[in-house]
Amino acid sequence: MWRNRSSSSRELTTVSVTLSRPRRQPLRAGARGDGGAARTLPAKALPALGVVAALALSACAPAPKGGGINDPYEKQNRAVHRFNVGLDRHLVKPTSNVYGHVVPEPIRQGVANFASNLSQPSYILNDLLQGDVGDGAHTLFRFVVNTTAGVGGIFDPATALGINDQPNDFGHTLSVWGARQGAYLEVPVLGPSTERDLTGTVVDLAINPMNFLLNGDERKGGFVVQVFKKLGNRYKYSSTVDSILYGSGDSYAQERLIYLQSRDYQLGIKSKDDAFTDPYEDPYGN
Amino acid sequence: MAIDTHSPSRRTVLAGLMAGSAALAIAGPAAALDTAQARSLVNSVVDEINSVINSGGTLNQMIPQFEHLFNQYADVNIIAQSSMGVAYRSATPAQRQAYIEAFKGYLARKYGKRFREFIGGKIAVTGASEIKSGIYQVTSTAKLRGQSPFELDWLVSNKSGRNLFFNLIIDGVNMLATERTEIGGLLDRNGGNVDKLIATLKRAG
Repeated sequence: MWRNRSSSSRELTTVSVTLSRPRRQPLRAGARGDGGAARTLPAKALPALGVVAALALSACAPAPKGGGINDPYEKQNRAVHRFNVGLDRHLVKPTSNVYGHVVPEPIRQGVANFASNLSQPSYILNDLLQGDVGDGAHTLFRFVVNTTAGVGGIFDPATALGINDQPNDFGHTLSVWGARQGAYLEVPVLGPSTERDLTGTVVDLAINPMNFLLNGDERKGGFVVQVFKKLGNRYKYSSTVDSILYGSGDSYAQERLIYLQSRDYQLGIKSKDDAFTDPYEDPYGN
Repeated sequence: MAIDTHSPSRRTVLAGLMAGSAALAIAGPAAALDTAQARSLVNSVVDEINSVINSGGTLNQMIPQFEHLFNQYADVNIIAQSSMGVAYRSATPAQRQAYIEAFKGYLARKYGKRFREFIGGKIAVTGASEIKSGIYQVTSTAKLRGQSPFELDWLVSNKSGRNLFFNLIIDGVNMLATERTEIGGLLDRNGGNVDKLIATLKRAG
């Protein structure tokens, strides 16, 4: 499916088998116990940071040859996906509907703005870790404008002034530092990720500058606000999310593809897949 | 050209061949697509999308408009063929035809719904370049209310015999790649049966 014309036929077979065969295999139960493990990691994890970063740089599963999707844990990932879809169906989606119907839009927007503003210091830190002083200054300016003129971040006058939100994260930093993407992972509760991005998520939680600016209760408050922002987004983009999770032929493969493509795009990585740049050469899949 | 018609008969194939040789003989380089033409094609598409999404119509009114838009400006044949992948090779001519018809409606419903989320927004073409011999990429930006603008790239070619777009990249997500995965998933779900896939597709999107 995702075959690269330049690779050998043996590799082609390998890629096509891993991508099409295991799709509908029976899924193993399990992988449920550690729901939400990643986000409960406290700032105490800081000493482990070096180790984690080193792991990300060295121990990622090697990229597959021939430009296919790197998903050696597909079987486990599909089990987690099933869990995540169930979680959405029974908890996240109904809760987001209640939130969307009960809380008026301007208040939801204010909550989302406030949550987003709390994330800006973490973006700035990653801008600097990537040596991007320009982006760091842009986001610092955005943070100052929205925190002051935007009344603590409830309003977003910065976007109106053309100072757009420029999210950044430690997974991106690892990519800039030369870490490989590693295997695709679907994480309980958190959803699609990769070995590199999950490492980034854990490190971001540990090094978030807000950890040092806020006390314990404020941090809990910040976490709650982030959850409400997520619920607001689930409500706002309900039709798109529903079409992917419940309207797809294979929601796991679809979510994986969308995540990996968006992520490459965010990181400025150009797709090497030629099949979709010129389907006229071999429309049926080369 | 021949595959563009609903029933590719010997006559249409001949007509296609003749039109092709006539174009070679008479038009020469004028038949080639250039950056300006690619850009102008996407300008027309974008203008129509803007007018449909800001017409104030309901989704059910918009879907036929999007289907018309896709049929006029997109190479739905190649999008459908590429989306099915290798299975298209073994499909019978009747299955191919039924599949492409079902795919047209599916594409309009699916992307019509996505474009509908652009209501109140505006898409503007920002640039065009030839990324490969005969393949042009036209870039555009979508500005929606209360959201950071995002990129919408169109891949345009005249390899079908007409200037048409054949791929759309929304904020980095590639339509052909997405549909290859989607149709592959639907085919798997239907046990590889093309007729069942077609039936599913008629309801999907």
